[in-house]
Amino acid sequence: MIWNQKIECMDREQLSVLQTEKLRKTAQKVYENVPFYKQAFDELGVKPDDIKSLDDLQSLPFTVKSDLRDHYPFGLFSAKSEDIVRLHASSGTTGKPTVVGYTARDIKNWGDLMARSFAFAGGNKNSVIQVAYGYGLFTGGLGAHYGAEALGATTIPISGGNTKRQIMLMQDFGTTIIAATPSYMLFMAETMEEMGVDPKSLKLEAGVFGAEPWTEAMRTEIEQRFGILAIDIYGLSEIMGPGVASDCECKCGLHISEDFFLPEIIDPVTLKPLPYGSEGELVFTTIDKDGIPLIRYRTRDITSLNADTCECGRTMVRMQKVLGRSDDMLIIRGVNVFPSQIEGVLMDIAGVSPHYQIVVDRAHNFDRLEVQVEVEGSLFSDEVRRLEELRAKIQADIQTVLGINVKVSLVEPKTIERSMGKAKRVIDNR
Amino acid sequence: MIKQLSVFIENKKGRLAKITGVLADAGIDLIALSIADTTNFGIMRGIVKDPDKAVNILKENGFTASLAEVFVVEVPDEPGGLSNVLQLLDEADVSIEYLYSFVFAQNENALILFRVEDIDGAVAKLKQNGVKLLTADDIY
Repeated sequence: MIWNQKIECMDREQLSVLQTEKLRKTAQKVYENVPFYKQAFDELGVKPDDIKSLDDLQSLPFTVKSDLRDHYPFGLFSAKSEDIVRLHASSGTTGKPTVVGYTARDIKNWGDLMARSFAFAGGNKNSVIQVAYGYGLFTGGLGAHYGAEALGATTIPISGGNTKRQIMLMQDFGTTIIAATPSYMLFMAETMEEMGVDPKSLKLEAGVFGAEPWTEAMRTEIEQRFGILAIDIYGLSEIMGPGVASDCECKCGLHISEDFFLPEIIDPVTLKPLPYGSEGELVFTTIDKDGIPLIRYRTRDITSLNADTCECGRTMVRMQKVLGRSDDMLIIRGVNVFPSQIEGVLMDIAGVSPHYQIVVDRAHNFDRLEVQVEVEGSLFSDEVRRLEELRAKIQADIQTVLGINVKVSLVEPKTIERSMGKAKRVIDNR
Repeated sequence: MIKQLSVFIENKKGRLAKITGVLADAGIDLIALSIADTTNFGIMRGIVKDPDKAVNILKENGFTASLAEVFVVEVPDEPGGLSNVLQLLDEADVSIEYLYSFVFAQNENALILFRVEDIDGAVAKLKQNGVKLLTADDIY
């Protein structure tokens, strides 16, 4: 089902007229309301009124995650504080989160965009949608929730975790669509098997999976174990949250809602735009947001774009499944983790940065993060109690900063592999 | 006062052999040895003939090692021998971090090594009560 036929199947020429108009309005809005953008535009010698076509996007300044942090908490908001009705935040590279604000209109639009994604998965007002993304500052839970309600579906706001209860409600409430991280979905399949519940006996028809990187092999496994359609959903809080882009039933790339988000692919080194089909860093300009519109926001996600009309009839450009990152960010159980956050904790505790390594693996479809710290100098004590306290403190402090459970191991000096004299910080075995 | 060698060991096969090998190659004799272990890691503790040299050699070989001040008491090898010492330490309000016993071939009494928070207070109390404390000369 196509939620918004007029927009989603719009002729691309017509679409570009609409986008140009929205882009100019957005540029005017940020130029007038956000000193950061006024300065950035002025430095490049561009004025919002110079925008005559989409090609003029290239002359506009970039925005990066640290710009949000430098203007923490609300410095990049375009809307007046009285018009902001909701805040969300994601973890940043230091202790301060990245904060985004939404006006009532933004919340409504976000719901509509997310409803498109549920419609991709076959959802309609008869659907029963179980939202197993975390509710809270993370955009996943509430983003999916408002989308499910906008669709008119029956919405189950169960949030993440509590697996046995998730399964019970799926059985008792007749859930037809689930929104979860793909690794959690596979974890639920295992739990069902332990409980003697056949995943195929559920009324489940489809799942909307995202908030972490996953492979085609995982998609096939989920589809086979549950007998459902598994679609990939993409989003990031800086741009909106879930619902920025989503697979359709063809599963041949994620349609970006281009009437709201203008995508570009750039070379992350030269920052030059690349043509359709080329792999590079995905950059978004939000062209219909009031709370915190962003100009040319660098997502750091590596992908490519395809503007051919899809078999499903939609004309909206498709992005390939995200292939990687142009920075060192990790996504663990849907949470963004930067090695520098862990390093910061170790610096605070040890006074100097000890050698450490982050090892990520996936056991029983559950991401596990282990931090190995070399015990040297002042970190060492001949008393077990003090070393255990050290280990527990590192663990607790990292958990506080990241908001997820981690395992901390103390290791002997020089056991962490050095390449070119520099320690390899991250080993991702997923 | 006696210096005890402490070395951090990961809970991995062959690590203790590596440490004792490094000490053996440097001609350092181990007099007493104790291992504290957790699920993750262990601490090897021991008395060696030349503690300063042992620490340096181990550090050169990439281990984390340190010296801690401990004391060793000699108690008669009979029921109540240790109990008496522990009672004195309790009276002096001394907390014990850990202790372990070892033997010397030429000595028929039991030797007990103590690591405590207040070593000066502990030693003073034991001396007042006539407990025999070993000196560095007795051991090295």
